[in-house]
Amino acid sequence: MYAQMVDTGVKQVKSLDEMDAEERAFQQKIDAEVKIEAKNWMPEGYRKTLIRQISQHAHSEVVGMLPEGNWVTRAPTFKRKLQLMAKIQDEAGHGLYLYSAMETLGADRDEEIDKLHSGKAKYSSIFNYPTLNWADMGAVGWLVDGAAIVNQVVLQRTSYGPYSRAMIRICKEESFHQRQGYEILLHMMQHGNEAQKEMVQDAINRLWWPSLMMFGPSDADSPNSAQSMAWKIKRHTNDELRQRFIDQTVPQLEFLGCTAPDPDLKWNEERGHYDFGVINWQEFYDVLKGYGPCNRERIETRRQAIDNGAWVREAAVAHANKKKQRSVA
Amino acid sequence: MSQWTLFEVFVRSKHGLNHKHVGSVHAADDQMAIENARDLYTRRNEGVSIWVVPSAAITATATDEKEPLFDPSEDKVYRHASFYELPDEVGHM
Repeated sequence: MYAQMVDTGVKQVKSLDEMDAEERAFQQKIDAEVKIEAKNWMPEGYRKTLIRQISQHAHSEVVGMLPEGNWVTRAPTFKRKLQLMAKIQDEAGHGLYLYSAMETLGADRDEEIDKLHSGKAKYSSIFNYPTLNWADMGAVGWLVDGAAIVNQVVLQRTSYGPYSRAMIRICKEESFHQRQGYEILLHMMQHGNEAQKEMVQDAINRLWWPSLMMFGPSDADSPNSAQSMAWKIKRHTNDELRQRFIDQTVPQLEFLGCTAPDPDLKWNEERGHYDFGVINWQEFYDVLKGYGPCNRERIETRRQAIDNGAWVREAAVAHANKKKQRSVA
Repeated sequence: MSQWTLFEVFVRSKHGLNHKHVGSVHAADDQMAIENARDLYTRRNEGVSIWVVPSAAITATATDEKEPLFDPSEDKVYRHASFYELPDEVGHM
């Protein structure tokens, strides 16, 4: 999930009887799968939670460009470099679709970006891990974008219209990301030398568990899920989506001829799902709190990009004003 | 970037079709809005023409006007072709 542990500010989900007329009408619309649009009445909690969730999602797309940007100048061939740049440009686009959706709720883009840079707003834990070898570009596309797709496909049906429409656009573009990632790994496994194959396994070893953490804490430790599900800004629980991701990924892992760094990963005939080992949640919470391997570097890079680009934004405004004055004169 | 204008973007996906609202962009002026819209909404041949309009220039119906504005058309079934029953012998009309 690109949005993890989004606070709803709600302790107990209200029943229809406990709501006033306005809120009841709103909830009944959601229950009937009618989309909520920007100008419709909505409870303040719904609005605030959505701003938090969509901004966190947008920040993740934007920060997500950084681990990949690391490899643009180091891509092994020109073809791979073009593909990587196209993917990174998509991530920027996805961030912008989402910021647009967020702005329809009355939030200001600059203010939300300030919150990211000051550490008040979160982004997905996954982007605080480094990308150390070329196979990481493959593993990120396959596993990280793969996990994001599982989450985003269900968010296409989210109750808020502008968010849902942004998700539909994003999902159309994401499958290119995942396929290009898997193809990088497959090429290395089928045509690479021993050292290159080891790079693939190394990338999977490092990114496997962090990818599973993307879905957020276990359902038992997700106090916000009940309200988010009632509002349909979340459509399945963290554990359901995590299981879905594992079930679809393991056969792809086996086709590569690689293994997961999890001795407990095995098919459970009775459940019809893969069993898997215990996730190191302490690591997840540490990364979220800012103690991951790259948290500081990521935010520092973002701040520098904004600060160093200030003169460009000022020049654009000055140019626009000058043109306006000339056309008046 | 709050000093930049918010523009709504409309894209014509193919010749002969209407422009359709696809989203919004921020830009310092009209020309930049077109360029940003091109980069953001037509990376994969999604369009052959783009319109940008400052969001503030759009007048929209309010949600609480929905009933007075649109309900009156609901009870005018005689405005639809299917209201008129013709015998089969007349053929397709």
